[in-house]
Amino acid sequence: MMEQWLPLFFVSVMGLALLVYIILDGYDLGIGLLLPLADDTQKDQMIAAIGPFWDANETWIVLGVGVLLIAFPRAHGIILTELYLPVTIMLIGLVLRGVSFDFRVKAHSDYKGLWNRLFFIGSLLAATSQGWMLGSYIMGLRANGITYVFAFFIALALPALYIMLGCGWLFIKAEGDLHARAIYWARQTVLPMGLGIFLISIATPIASAAIAAKWFSLPAAIGLLPIPVTTFMAFSSIYWALQHPAVLQGRNSWLVFAGLVTICLMSALGLAYSIYPDIIINRLTIEETASSAASLRFAFWGTAIAVPMIGVYTFYIYRIFGGKARALSYE
Amino acid sequence: MEFDPFSLARIQFAANISFHILFPTLTIGLCWILLYFRTRFTLSGDRDWEYAYYFWVKIFALTFAIGVVSGITMSFQFGTNWPGFMERAGNIAGPLLGYEVLTAFFLEASFLGIMLFGKERVSNGVHLLACSLVTLGTTFSAFWILSLNSWMQTPTGYTVENGVLMVGDWWEIIFNPSFPYRFSHMLVASLLTSGFFVAGVSAWRARRDVDGPATWKVINTGVLLAAFFAPVQIFLGDLHGLNTLAYQPAKIAAMEGVWETERGAALTLFGFPDETTRETRYAVKIPQLASLILTHDLQGEIKGLDEFEGEHPPVAMVFWSFRVMVGVGLLMLVVSWWGAALIFFHKQHQPLFLRALSVMTFSGWVAVLAGWYTTEIGRQPWLVYGLLKAKDVVADHPTAMLMTTLVAYLLLYAFLLWSYIYTLAYMATKPSQSLTALAQAHDDQVNTSQQEAS
Repeated sequence: MMEQWLPLFFVSVMGLALLVYIILDGYDLGIGLLLPLADDTQKDQMIAAIGPFWDANETWIVLGVGVLLIAFPRAHGIILTELYLPVTIMLIGLVLRGVSFDFRVKAHSDYKGLWNRLFFIGSLLAATSQGWMLGSYIMGLRANGITYVFAFFIALALPALYIMLGCGWLFIKAEGDLHARAIYWARQTVLPMGLGIFLISIATPIASAAIAAKWFSLPAAIGLLPIPVTTFMAFSSIYWALQHPAVLQGRNSWLVFAGLVTICLMSALGLAYSIYPDIIINRLTIEETASSAASLRFAFWGTAIAVPMIGVYTFYIYRIFGGKARALSYE
Repeated sequence: MEFDPFSLARIQFAANISFHILFPTLTIGLCWILLYFRTRFTLSGDRDWEYAYYFWVKIFALTFAIGVVSGITMSFQFGTNWPGFMERAGNIAGPLLGYEVLTAFFLEASFLGIMLFGKERVSNGVHLLACSLVTLGTTFSAFWILSLNSWMQTPTGYTVENGVLMVGDWWEIIFNPSFPYRFSHMLVASLLTSGFFVAGVSAWRARRDVDGPATWKVINTGVLLAAFFAPVQIFLGDLHGLNTLAYQPAKIAAMEGVWETERGAALTLFGFPDETTRETRYAVKIPQLASLILTHDLQGEIKGLDEFEGEHPPVAMVFWSFRVMVGVGLLMLVVSWWGAALIFFHKQHQPLFLRALSVMTFSGWVAVLAGWYTTEIGRQPWLVYGLLKAKDVVADHPTAMLMTTLVAYLLLYAFLLWSYIYTLAYMATKPSQSLTALAQAHDDQVNTSQQEAS
């Protein structure tokens, strides 16, 4: 009777992969967005803080889309066709960002400035188009005015979250001047980000009647209360920590990052509840679009074994590169 | 030429995949070569191998990064350009691509960090292990993607329900009839490409005398690797051709320019196939040789294009791509054996040879692209051979949008290719940092002792 659970299993793996992507590549992209604000030494330190990780971080989106493809091929086709333009822009952004890591140190030093700029532009294209895609997806991929307005605002809000994640990561990895700069950047961003999350939470049920019906009915509303409450508490601790930067020196440097992870997790849970059992709101359910049982069974074993293994060696690699970032050298 | 959404989607995907394949082709082979340098250093303690490793790992990282990001582009384009493919063949294609992500992408991407930057943080053994895992990852990646590609060429192990392809037997799907040939042909192509790549760049360095003995060790490695694998590749290519004859006779007919079924078919060396008159103009032929090569019998029958009216690929493109691939392959054989002979007699410093190696630096790219064009254009109009046509699964995007994104992609790829080669040329003129540091330390020591003496 495993078969009935397979679509649910895969939709969970997909959600998890995309959540992990947003957190991990989120800090990479956030640092990319902050790059133009830093001086040359700080730029190198910022890249050194993400250099060993970015490639694996980026792979999570491939896993997310891969699972969508394996388990829900019809939804994969619809979603990617409808999001053709933002997907293309995101891909061009990810290409520019990814190659700039290497070119900026390997090309002649005359071009380092150019590659730093491309690093920023790539991160910006990727972050905003991801926000746009998230927005249109929440609105059920409808092509109408309200969808575009909503998508536009998330295209602004998601980069703010990424910048916060980038700062959160720098608190852990950076020292001295850069650490202080990161606190300054985070203080500028934290309120816009909070406002963004708040507005999106309000706007989502207003824009989508289907989602409103799920949230504002008793007893569901009471059961769901921990989601906004936890989000608010996480946000408050981030805000508090930024006002008391001494806390972020030393052993508690992970505090802001952990708070942001909590916010991401709560948002993901809220979104999952809003959408389930659909995979595209009001258009397609998980059951309707699931692959054949034979395909899901075959993919299940690989996923069930490989994903925990990936978790283990990712943990191991983060341990190896733990502590403050050092200058990256190939030799 | 008229640009309808179908041909634009096609050009876009072709541009993408052509750009992408250049980089994994290098990294798959380069990874094994790096592992070899790394192991030689660990076993012998000879610092030259370490310099060789450090110089090439930087180029590897750059190449790998471009391969990764262009590969991500491709994984999305399956959905954005060919949604019908995933709807109809997703039950089979999905899990194969999924296994590539799960077993290969994470492995290589994760351990790459240690391979590149972890030297001071882990022991020599762990570093060597990380290099091995990255190598394994790149090879696994080739395994899965070639399994899927081969299945699309020679589909087995499936059933059809309401027009959707369903899984019959995974073993038959993964190890489909053309897979062993295509996989080994591609791996060896990758080794040849990277062999000529490292030898070519190093010959350039040797002519400018950068890095001393390490450069010569790399030249020897690249040349001997190519000298060994060039004949192996010709043998594998022949087997692959026989397999294609059995499963995709229309492709063979186009490759050989055989218009009508005949016994004792001649091998056309050169000529200009013309589909309107259905003949090959100015053909230079060797009697009966095509039958001999393909059927191993002078009077063997070769099916002609007339048997696949309306369902055979564009002849001239397949015919010419095939000849370019074979031509470059034979050139690689000649140059690598010449090099092997020179190495044997310790004469590899010959300027003419070094110049030839430099010219051949990217020869593998030409052969690989020509080979892929032969096999991919050669299966047209089919996407999944005999089951699914490309035009039935294309996405319905407006022409203007496809044109815009196509131009954007082409500009991006041209820019990246130019930057890659330009940066490579720049890197090739610099000695590796550790060598510079060593020379500096040596000079300082000499200076100090001179000062002490005076």
